[in-house]
Amino acid sequence: MKLLSIMRRDKWAAVCFTFLSAVIAAGIFAPWFAPHPPEEVHMELRFAGASWTYWLGNDHLGRCVLSRLIYGIRPSVLWVLAALSASVAIGAFAGFAAGYFRGKTDVLLMRLCDVMLSFPGYVMTLAVIGIMGPGLEHILIAFVLMKWAWFARIIRTSVLQYSNSDYVRFSKMLGLPGVSIMIRHLLPVTLPDILVVSSSSFGSMILQISGFSFLGLGIQAPNAEWGMMLNEARSVMFSKPELMLAPGIAIVLVVSAVNFLSDSFQRMLDPRLMSSRPIRLKQGFSISTRLKEREVA
Amino acid sequence: MFSIDKVSMSYRSGVFFSGKRHSVLSDISFQWTPGECLGIIGESGSGKSTLGKLLLGIQKPDSGTILWNGKAVTDHKNRRGSISAVFQDYTSSINPFYTVEKALLEPLLHIGASGKPPYPVLDSLLEQVGLDSSCRGKYPHELSGGEAQRVCIARALSTKPQCILFDEAISSLDGSVQMQILELLKELSSTEKMGFIFITHDIGAAAYLCSRLIIMQDGTIREIVHTDQLKSVETSYAKKLLNSVIL
Repeated sequence: MKLLSIMRRDKWAAVCFTFLSAVIAAGIFAPWFAPHPPEEVHMELRFAGASWTYWLGNDHLGRCVLSRLIYGIRPSVLWVLAALSASVAIGAFAGFAAGYFRGKTDVLLMRLCDVMLSFPGYVMTLAVIGIMGPGLEHILIAFVLMKWAWFARIIRTSVLQYSNSDYVRFSKMLGLPGVSIMIRHLLPVTLPDILVVSSSSFGSMILQISGFSFLGLGIQAPNAEWGMMLNEARSVMFSKPELMLAPGIAIVLVVSAVNFLSDSFQRMLDPRLMSSRPIRLKQGFSISTRLKEREVA
Repeated sequence: MFSIDKVSMSYRSGVFFSGKRHSVLSDISFQWTPGECLGIIGESGSGKSTLGKLLLGIQKPDSGTILWNGKAVTDHKNRRGSISAVFQDYTSSINPFYTVEKALLEPLLHIGASGKPPYPVLDSLLEQVGLDSSCRGKYPHELSGGEAQRVCIARALSTKPQCILFDEAISSLDGSVQMQILELLKELSSTEKMGFIFITHDIGAAAYLCSRLIIMQDGTIREIVHTDQLKSVETSYAKKLLNSVIL
């Protein structure tokens, strides 16, 4: 409900949201959307240009670029999204605990974060790959392990800022349990901050995964992944530059859409933009309509 | 009935592992009887807001006891609905995502009101603090400072507590609004038989509303004086404080 009203007010957000939903849907239902199997080799069609059967042409093994692009959504977007959600969830949990309870919990968690953050992210990811071997799942595990500390830090700062406010004190005075204060009073105000950090990390995580695949450490051939498609196109960069365009533009578009969308959300989640609905003083009416809306939401 | 007995409180200063502590309150003892209007006055840093937090049971004192009707105030079951508070900063005293209605319902739901939200009760609460019932659907940013503070008072009144603690509740409002709120509180104390604890640095406001004043300095009680005997304060600090107001 709320989402819809945001979309109605902000056309640009609507465009980005539609685009991302389409990308995610295409990734989930890749076998239905992709015109050809992504690993089907046609040596006679090597480096073929765009045609009616192969819309984006064929790569160095004659595989359909469009199909590989669509199958590549799975590791590049969907798995990144899953890893991101996992690390944001861990980070939010730690950040809320540290910011709300303070004292020893705070000191303990923050020193742990300091330890995690003292290693450069890339180096730790490389170390994990070195120990566990190359592969998408290992990179994702490394991301979750490394990134949560960063989220915990930022979310803690945001929680600290609000946990001293008077309405939180009032709820504490009422004797509400800490968990419900956090969910009801702290989560909505910290959500914009969480959204912004996670969306900016989403972009960098896609680029990092693509980067690792480009180095040959991520997902292994013949599976399709955007970074690896770039890597494969690199060898023919000067003779067939158009092969780099498809995965490159796909990465740029998805990353930009995520950033624009989170910007819009951040703007729209500002409570000052909420305006009161006129209240019907006749009893019953306003209650029932309000309940309905909540059920829909 | 509040009995505060030999309460001391200190904060850790510096980093986590250093043992240095900075004393905020020491050896505070006084009583509050139901229906009384008690003022706690002192300059900034005298520990009066910390004392307020202790009275509300949000924090625990390092030593000493605070009993509410004979039971520990830190257990929220003992104070459920019988103590309430209005805070200083009207801009942050209502959740920015809550409408006035939702903010008023919060304490009511907590003490166990269930079923249909009691809209007539909310309307009469708003009316009591001089607000129109059309305010119910407004968000905090749509209210002026005085209105927001009135909503906070209505929220504090909603559970019909025996005691409401005002922590610098009128200090951030401008003069005429302050006076309106003081009038409102005076009226409420006579009609509702509620008691107030009024923490402020504004001696004038405290003297207007309260029957007894506790004068604090550096975390200790300097003097407890009845308002009608305000001219006969004994300690030099209280005299100095009073003189600075009169001049």
